[in-house]
Amino acid sequence: MSSLADFTTDLLAGKIRVVDLTQTLSAEFPTIVLPPQFGQCAPFRLEEISRYDGRGPAWYWNNFTCGEHTGTHFDAPCHWVSGKDLPNNTTDTVPPEQFIAPACVIDCARESAADADFVLTVPVIEAWEAQHGRIPAGSWVLLRTDWSKKSGAAYANMKDDGAHTPGPNPEAVQFLVEQRDVIGFGTETIGTDAGQAHTFTPPYPAHFFMHGKGRLGLQCLANLDQLPATGAVIISPPLKIQGGSGSPLRVLALVTT
Amino acid sequence: MKRQPTNPLLPPRAPLLPPSARSRTALGLTLAAAAGRFALQVCEDCSATQYPPREACHRCLSARLVWRDTPIGATLLAATRVHISADPYFRAHTPWRIGTVALDCGPSAIAHLHDAVSLGQRVRMALRLDRSGQGVMLALPEHDTPEDKLIREMSCNPDQRRILITDGRTAFGQAMARAFLTAGASQIFVGIADPWKPFPGQSDLPGELVPLDITDTTSVRQLAGSLGGRVDILVNTALHIRPGGITNRPDLITAHAEMEAGFFGPMRLAQAFGPALRARAADGPFGACAWVNILSAHALAADPAFGASSAAHAAGLSLAQSLRAELRPIRVVNALVGPLDDDWHQDIPPPKVAPAALAIAVVRALQDGIEDLAVGDVARDILARWHDNPGQLARELAAS
Repeated sequence: MSSLADFTTDLLAGKIRVVDLTQTLSAEFPTIVLPPQFGQCAPFRLEEISRYDGRGPAWYWNNFTCGEHTGTHFDAPCHWVSGKDLPNNTTDTVPPEQFIAPACVIDCARESAADADFVLTVPVIEAWEAQHGRIPAGSWVLLRTDWSKKSGAAYANMKDDGAHTPGPNPEAVQFLVEQRDVIGFGTETIGTDAGQAHTFTPPYPAHFFMHGKGRLGLQCLANLDQLPATGAVIISPPLKIQGGSGSPLRVLALVTT
Repeated sequence: MKRQPTNPLLPPRAPLLPPSARSRTALGLTLAAAAGRFALQVCEDCSATQYPPREACHRCLSARLVWRDTPIGATLLAATRVHISADPYFRAHTPWRIGTVALDCGPSAIAHLHDAVSLGQRVRMALRLDRSGQGVMLALPEHDTPEDKLIREMSCNPDQRRILITDGRTAFGQAMARAFLTAGASQIFVGIADPWKPFPGQSDLPGELVPLDITDTTSVRQLAGSLGGRVDILVNTALHIRPGGITNRPDLITAHAEMEAGFFGPMRLAQAFGPALRARAADGPFGACAWVNILSAHALAADPAFGASSAAHAAGLSLAQSLRAELRPIRVVNALVGPLDDDWHQDIPPPKVAPAALAIAVVRALQDGIEDLAVGDVARDILARWHDNPGQLARELAAS
């Protein structure tokens, strides 16, 4: 109890800062685009119910619709076929302890600016560990690319052969899951995988290996440049959708000042 | 005619309607006018052509009167110019020329007169929709038809008008914009949804790109807020036609998208743009004049192979019928099409409608004052079978 009391005291005293890692949910924010023969994720939409008018004189409220994977969102293990038979693999059954966890932030902003198809590899992770120490089990690994500072077409970066955005290769994801036992992987781009990850083996390795071992995903994150390489705490509870594969959510980071 | 700036201090002209009461029988003139035909009742027993529309033959009293396309030749017997009228619409439009014509097919008729016809001359008759949406007789010069006040009032010529094309992401939307440019439109706004998603033809998009996603209420409202008072013709080119019936689809995801494009989207457009469009309908010869829907001919009767799309278009057709009641004097044009020559009809054999052909047909319909058209052989065939017997058409399509 005393450490929780210390925590709230530090929070009130401004010794702990809250960083919002969330993009604003809006109709304009790009959603993932699959080839047209596949089902599509719904974009965010808002329909006004009333706004202090004849439909409701003293109150303002909206109905909203969107996909589970619209905007800044959480991927539960059942999102991928590799995780479909795991226990506690849906948004309502993932243990809530997993929604608060430390984060390691790997800064690849410079590399991603130089190459939209930048790939996170095991040597890059090892070089980061050489500087910041071994990634602790149970941490998030967040790939900082500063991609969240882009918007619109530059953010989606769709070309004739699909999206071009940074992401991990299969070996890097396997390393994080099997050698480092991370809780999940997070990115600033539309998916946890690279834009061209459909060409990898297996395709979409961040989805395949992370969810295959019951690990989580966060994407469309923002403000990763405000986090230290280690020491931040991520708060990321998804909506408790029954049997849900994911959910838009507010992601917060706690950082000591 | 050149577009002139309007004086912002003058009160707006109210969107008045000419007298619109008609008997059920007389609506035959309106149906013919809406389709650009000249049809009158003909007696099946004695072959006498009738005018005005009636229940029994003026010659033999037979009740077997059918609407048939009739010869369009006539002679102008008398002409006058109305300077004073008790009707609010005509008071706002005097002087107005009317006259009596002797139709080659028999009857005499009172008709609106084109500026260039004179007494004793041969004239060419046409049925046109007036601003109340009812069919009326026009006497036009025998050969060419230069645009005068009457023609401008009875048609929706895009020349010098400002056009909103709601979706320019497709070849068909872009063809529509090009066709309006060629027709002399003074400004063409082309709506683009999800501008972050590249699309074919993006680099040489005709017209002025505006952000518009008809599936998003906020987007529609925002564009109406900035353009609402400047759109004279709205053309909804947002189509979402996908193969798939009812039970052979596993979910509602595609049907939602079809219903968004076919019904909810047009309803959003109507709520956001309709009132301003109607309010500017009497704004001189360049005022707001038309609303154009592109609908699958299967709005009339479902094609089970495109069952959910057909239902969405049936909803769109129903919406258009209500819009006609609500938006007059705005013309609500329904262009029915068969399969388009696009990526979603690859396995449908020809004949298919090329995007440019559809665009040209729509522009021509506006120029000719037509409100109901079928574009392409398939749509014309479906419409003809529907006119013949709607129930039979639905049964035929369900059994094929």
